[in-house]
Amino acid sequence: MSTNAVPVATEQYNYGIVKKFAIMAMIWALLGMLAGVYIASELAWPFLNFNIAEITFGRLRPVHTTLVIFGFGGSALFATSYYIVQRTCQARLWGGKLLPELTFWGWQLAILSGVLFYMAGYTQGREYAEFIWPIDLLITVVWVAYFAIYAMTLVKRSQPHIYVANWFFMGYILAVALLHIFNNLAVPVAWNSLESYSLFSGVQDAMTQWWYGHNAVGFFLTVSFLGMMYYFVPKQAGRPIYSYRLSIVHFWALSFLYMWVGAHHLHWTALPDWVSTLAATFSILLLLPSWGGMINGIMTLSGAWEKLRTDPIILFLITALAFYGMSTFEGPMLSLKSVNALSHYTDWTVGHVHSGALGWVAMITIGSFYHMMPRLWGTTLYSTKLVFVHFWLATIGVVLYIVALWVAGIGQGLMLRAFDEYGNLAYTFIETVSFMHIPYIVRAIGGAFFLSGMLVMSYNMYKTISGARQPASTESRAAVAAAAR
Amino acid sequence: MIGEIYEWLGDMENTKPLALVLFFVTFVGIVVYVYSGKKRKQRLESYKDIPFLDDDELDPTHQKKQQVNNDESTGK
Repeated sequence: MSTNAVPVATEQYNYGIVKKFAIMAMIWALLGMLAGVYIASELAWPFLNFNIAEITFGRLRPVHTTLVIFGFGGSALFATSYYIVQRTCQARLWGGKLLPELTFWGWQLAILSGVLFYMAGYTQGREYAEFIWPIDLLITVVWVAYFAIYAMTLVKRSQPHIYVANWFFMGYILAVALLHIFNNLAVPVAWNSLESYSLFSGVQDAMTQWWYGHNAVGFFLTVSFLGMMYYFVPKQAGRPIYSYRLSIVHFWALSFLYMWVGAHHLHWTALPDWVSTLAATFSILLLLPSWGGMINGIMTLSGAWEKLRTDPIILFLITALAFYGMSTFEGPMLSLKSVNALSHYTDWTVGHVHSGALGWVAMITIGSFYHMMPRLWGTTLYSTKLVFVHFWLATIGVVLYIVALWVAGIGQGLMLRAFDEYGNLAYTFIETVSFMHIPYIVRAIGGAFFLSGMLVMSYNMYKTISGARQPASTESRAAVAAAAR
Repeated sequence: MIGEIYEWLGDMENTKPLALVLFFVTFVGIVVYVYSGKKRKQRLESYKDIPFLDDDELDPTHQKKQQVNNDESTGK
């Protein structure tokens, strides 16, 4: 039976595993962002808790972060890294059928069981690492398999040089292995208990958590997605990366600098002051490679800027880079002790995280998926117009979100440090909460915009994939095949 | 002698600046390596074409346009 699909290199490459991860990334994105919009609404309208423990903010918040970071982001990274390593090495994924499948089912099981346990009240209580210890062990097994698959595919490559995107993916896999193991060193209460105690205590425990926490941002959410950027931006733009040498320096500079900055999350605490200062210094230094990489990505479009008017996928990719530049400027600024004294423990931090998570991570993934998914199924995108619609929903959503939390965070920070003429605090805590009500509503609306964009994308992808399986007329098949030559 | 070296390395006040010097020198070395030598420049920059060595498809939006053009030319 003839279909709309054009022949793709399915025999040469293992695209089955890429497809599975890509579809699950879309599903987790919808569920995770829905949880995000719901908990944002709970903050604006607390009655939405409905006195049901399982859906209170405290339990749904890790559900949201786990689904979007590890469910959506993680599955998207598995999908794109498996796609890129095969295509840039011109080698089929190592590990036969079994090992890549193990990474898929193991990862999905970890995500699903993790969030169900959170809702039931079981958590390790470590931010972005709330998984209970048995799931941590499962993730370790999956990650070792992931490393083996990736490294061995590189070993058996046909291409003499390892393209720089693979360096970024390898760096992320190794760093995350290190972070995951040391942050989750814990002693279970009993072999048959789901509860455990951290191996560290006091300020060392805080230090370990934020060494992990910031490097999760650095390696899981930045270095890896830069690997995505270094492949998909040139591919979609139809021109090579602006400077290959700059990409090498970008990689090594991030690798040398990121590990030192976690302690900037613990300014003005029991942490030794020199550690705090060291972290702030390295955070400022990070601005240079971050902007170097951003410029490298954006300048790839040099001489072809008109694509920004006609190609919504490029629009997603380049806007993602712009947000990468913005959040990597804001991050070092927030790491300065004087700025941090105002911003910490306020929603400014939350806004900053989302300008990176939605503006950079989600948008670069969305752009990459619009490029990759039709190719996986050997077909064409169902609707380019819907990609434009998605772009504007996403961009308006991010802008509403971060502006609302700038207002909420800076406003609250200023209120908490204000004194009256007698030296007493000028505002009570509840007054700051009351002040934040309107920004919280705007934030929830911003999140809803972003989620609605993801719904549009899901519909577009569903039609794209189902279209690839439909019987096609001889003319349209001939046209697609002619274009693919 | 070895024991003294271990003892010296065991003191964090020695190993911290030593690590800093080693990392910094390595990084500077990488930068110098990457940006020196005309032949090396040509070789490194040639790797940027790797993503295009495996092209078996075109931009889907381009394909759409092509499909529309074909439809128009056949009078559909």
